[in-house]
Amino acid sequence: MSQHDCDCATVQQVATGDRAILPKGAKTIPIYVMGKRYEVPETLTIMKAMEYAGFKFLRGAGCRGGICGACPTVYRKEGDYKLHFGLACQTVVEPNMYLAQIPFYPANRASYDIEAIEPVAESVHALYPELFRCVACNNCTKACPMGVQVLDYISAIKQGDIARAAHLSFDCIQCGLCASRCMGELPQYHIAQLVRRIYGKYIQPKAEHLRKRVQEIESGKYDAMLENLQKMDKAQLEKLYKEREREPDMAPLGTWMPKDTQYL
Amino acid sequence: MKVTYYPGCTLKTKAKNLEDAAVASMAALGVDFQELSRWNCCGAVHSLADDDLIHHVAPVRDLVRAMEQGSDKVVTLCSMCYNSLARANLIMRDDPVKRKTINDFMDEEKDYSGEVEVVHFLNFLRDEVGFDTIRAKVKYPLNGLKAAIYYGCTLARPRNVAIEPPGGTQLMTDFLEAIGATPIHFADAFTCCGSYQILANPENAVNVAAGILDCAAKAGAEALVLSCPLCEFNLAKKQGEMIQSGKISNNLPIFYFTQLLAAALGLGKEACRFDLNEKCSAEILKAKNLAVEAVAGIA
Repeated sequence: MSQHDCDCATVQQVATGDRAILPKGAKTIPIYVMGKRYEVPETLTIMKAMEYAGFKFLRGAGCRGGICGACPTVYRKEGDYKLHFGLACQTVVEPNMYLAQIPFYPANRASYDIEAIEPVAESVHALYPELFRCVACNNCTKACPMGVQVLDYISAIKQGDIARAAHLSFDCIQCGLCASRCMGELPQYHIAQLVRRIYGKYIQPKAEHLRKRVQEIESGKYDAMLENLQKMDKAQLEKLYKEREREPDMAPLGTWMPKDTQYL
Repeated sequence: MKVTYYPGCTLKTKAKNLEDAAVASMAALGVDFQELSRWNCCGAVHSLADDDLIHHVAPVRDLVRAMEQGSDKVVTLCSMCYNSLARANLIMRDDPVKRKTINDFMDEEKDYSGEVEVVHFLNFLRDEVGFDTIRAKVKYPLNGLKAAIYYGCTLARPRNVAIEPPGGTQLMTDFLEAIGATPIHFADAFTCCGSYQILANPENAVNVAAGILDCAAKAGAEALVLSCPLCEFNLAKKQGEMIQSGKISNNLPIFYFTQLLAAALGLGKEACRFDLNEKCSAEILKAKNLAVEAVAGIA
């Protein structure tokens, strides 16, 4: 939308999505973004407060839902020596917070062929020998905006426990703050991803129902159904969609069945 | 009896035979031997630089974990883990300045001041289980196995963490006698195995290790008993190389002391894990008709 399409002074602010929704009578508070002071409405997230202040995110913003790992932010508070960490899209601004985003942090990722790798801890040790530079300072865990016990999963990898490491690192969103704080210069989140890939491919029990379903798909069980859909015009598709069968919202588990059960 | 134990990373990867045998033996002796539910590396090498406190953080964090889990004693099997945990523990107990610095740095953990006692498994066997109890529970005594007692560095040095008064090998002697073996004392019982020099100066490390094996063999040993995975690596895994280069003339079987305990208690191969030792270890037991079930089927 260009400037000419909108006279912002007269248009009532009813913004949704990426734009700030200000509660009536919202107070403003001072925050410091990369050292410069901005007055922003309280209750906003760091991301929305920065946009309110005029920043535009080209990098450092992704899902805005706390899961993509693009907006890790480091901040300090007045009178507190501790470093604090959060996702800009999830963390609410506080008065006098000093912040900077670290959208990317360099961390080397080892190259491997997951099809050929031997699913043992020694494979991980060989690809990431820097694992053994860990001094258990715990800075990684303190930096994690997802509350992952990073030191514990790094320890589990050193102890050869791939399954435990995969479970402990499950909530990792690959934001890289752990690596940014590591005394041993480990790329923790890449190591954890390798461990989860090994776990998923070689260690975790396979889902039998999934294997069956893939077999059914490959045997052509659903081909006719798809072909039929592809032949339909828009009106037919809309009609089919509107008349589709739906499981009642509150139906007790396992009680509802569709009329046509040939594909179950 | 509930005992918290700290295994160490190597016992979970390259030295499963050291751990599996100990865990199974404790079960056989009726000891509730519980691994710490959270632990990290022990720090591996105790840092000697007076101002290098960051390398004590790993062992101290383990001791904090033990304290959190309500144990006043933590038992270790690996000599190296024992040494670094015990030495870090002394710093936290006895040095108020370093204690404060480390506690301040680890401000996300409870303050620690040496509340937990670090105990090596050999001391634990003597003091808490009792060698007489072990002797009474031995099913297959290791009769006639002449086993050299090797402490290396980390069980014996420095003095303030030594598992017994410096220079002594009474503990392992009594242990071996309790399980029916014949202890062999030799001059290199406290000589360094070459340690991590195996990475930087492999030839020197292999020379030192070969000297130890030669010394033990000349003293009449048919096997050598130890408690450290790094010593085991240098003394056992390099023997092929030593024989090839003429540094030693015959293989000398190496055992973790826990394996001999498990074998004497009559436990099977899943407990003793002789399959993880070099071939000559199972061979000597077979030749002497000892630990028959534990070595059956090991090629």
